[in-house]
Amino acid sequence: MVRILVAKPGLDGHDRGAKYIARALKDAGYEVIYTGIRQTPESIVVTAIQEDVDFVGLSLLSGAHNELFPKVVELLREKDASDIIVFGGGVIPTEDIPFLKEKGIEAVFTQGTPIKEITDFIEKRLEK
Amino acid sequence: MDLVDKVQSGSIRGIARTISLIENNSPQKEDIIDELYPHTGNAMVWGITGPPGAGKSTLVDCLIKRERKQGRRVAVIAIDPSSPYSGGAILGDRTRMQKHSTDEGVYIRSMASRGHLGGVSVATGDAVKILDAAGYDTIIIETIGVGQTEVEIIELCDIVLLVLVPGMGDEIQAMKAGVMEVGDIFVINKKDRDGADRLKTEVEYVLGIKNALTGEEPNPVLLASSKLDEGIDELVEAIHDYLKKAQTTGRFEEKRRDRLEKEVYKIFSSKVHELLNIHLDIENNIGEWISSILNGETAPYKLINSKLNRFVKENRII
Repeated sequence: MVRILVAKPGLDGHDRGAKYIARALKDAGYEVIYTGIRQTPESIVVTAIQEDVDFVGLSLLSGAHNELFPKVVELLREKDASDIIVFGGGVIPTEDIPFLKEKGIEAVFTQGTPIKEITDFIEKRLEK
Repeated sequence: MDLVDKVQSGSIRGIARTISLIENNSPQKEDIIDELYPHTGNAMVWGITGPPGAGKSTLVDCLIKRERKQGRRVAVIAIDPSSPYSGGAILGDRTRMQKHSTDEGVYIRSMASRGHLGGVSVATGDAVKILDAAGYDTIIIETIGVGQTEVEIIELCDIVLLVLVPGMGDEIQAMKAGVMEVGDIFVINKKDRDGADRLKTEVEYVLGIKNALTGEEPNPVLLASSKLDEGIDELVEAIHDYLKKAQTTGRFEEKRRDRLEKEVYKIFSSKVHELLNIHLDIENNIGEWISSILNGETAPYKLINSKLNRFVKENRII
């Protein structure tokens, strides 16, 4: 069974997008753990490890993605959990995406991405 | 280091991985559990059950806080339902407990019911053993939101808290068999709401009838508000009193023995089932069996009895 953590780092309280993704992933047959809003990268990483997830999906609308997304990847590495795959979404300017990918966020889904694109990414990544 | 060592050394990754292996019914499962088994039995296992939206997760959050204050290490297993359509699940209980996520003395694991109907998942019992062997002092199991019949929690815990809220119905509901009977302690949550006192009186009345029959002491019925963090100290005191009393009267050991007996029965039935499934090759034969029933050659019980009798004879079992 594939387990996915949907997490909201940072200070913005808008979780409609995160909840929508969580529901869609549930309907696609995955077990989705949802953290709620305003999580620190530290708490997200501990949660991912405790829950033994395969993926962490980060949702952020506040603009702090360039700091918080890489921080999650870095902490996972520190905790010997770099096998957990990180992807992200939310309000992310396209020019930031190459930087995020370089920092180990494997995929970034901006507003309006069809959900199929996310499940395709997950399935393809699982095959690897 | 193998997984069993990792669990015993308290490695979070090791514990989390091992629980997944058990959930996924890995071939290593039986060896892992048997190896850990001698190291279990030290933790106190609390069950929290009640209808959806009764405030179970928020209550667990309050209970974690109290147990941590006493210096106890706490593990939580929170179960939510799997979708009967996609098999997926939204596991959202830990949202209410997230403030404990970076406390190293707390481990929280969300589990999906994966089609199991008793209010817990098939792997819950073994997950408790893993957490027990890992050295957690208090293990809290939060069931899915239950209706009237999901009572399997009593087979996993030293104590069960049944969480109720006002506005669920009249005393006829409180009189019914099933979930209403499983509480060792009854918690009337959301006590600030109208009807909380009346519900308490009704529950106490119904419990009084049972206690008049058995001669046992009445079960505590406590008012609380997990959201406002009120009545929780009294509740935690009642939990520890109950466990202490059960230990002095011998009821505690008796209950654990009963639980083990049930568990061994369960393993026995599933093993026998598995064995016969293989020997009678049900998967490949079922089509033919059904046809023979449908065309009138035989009837369901007759068919199965003849298959089992032949198996017994061929293997000279009797």
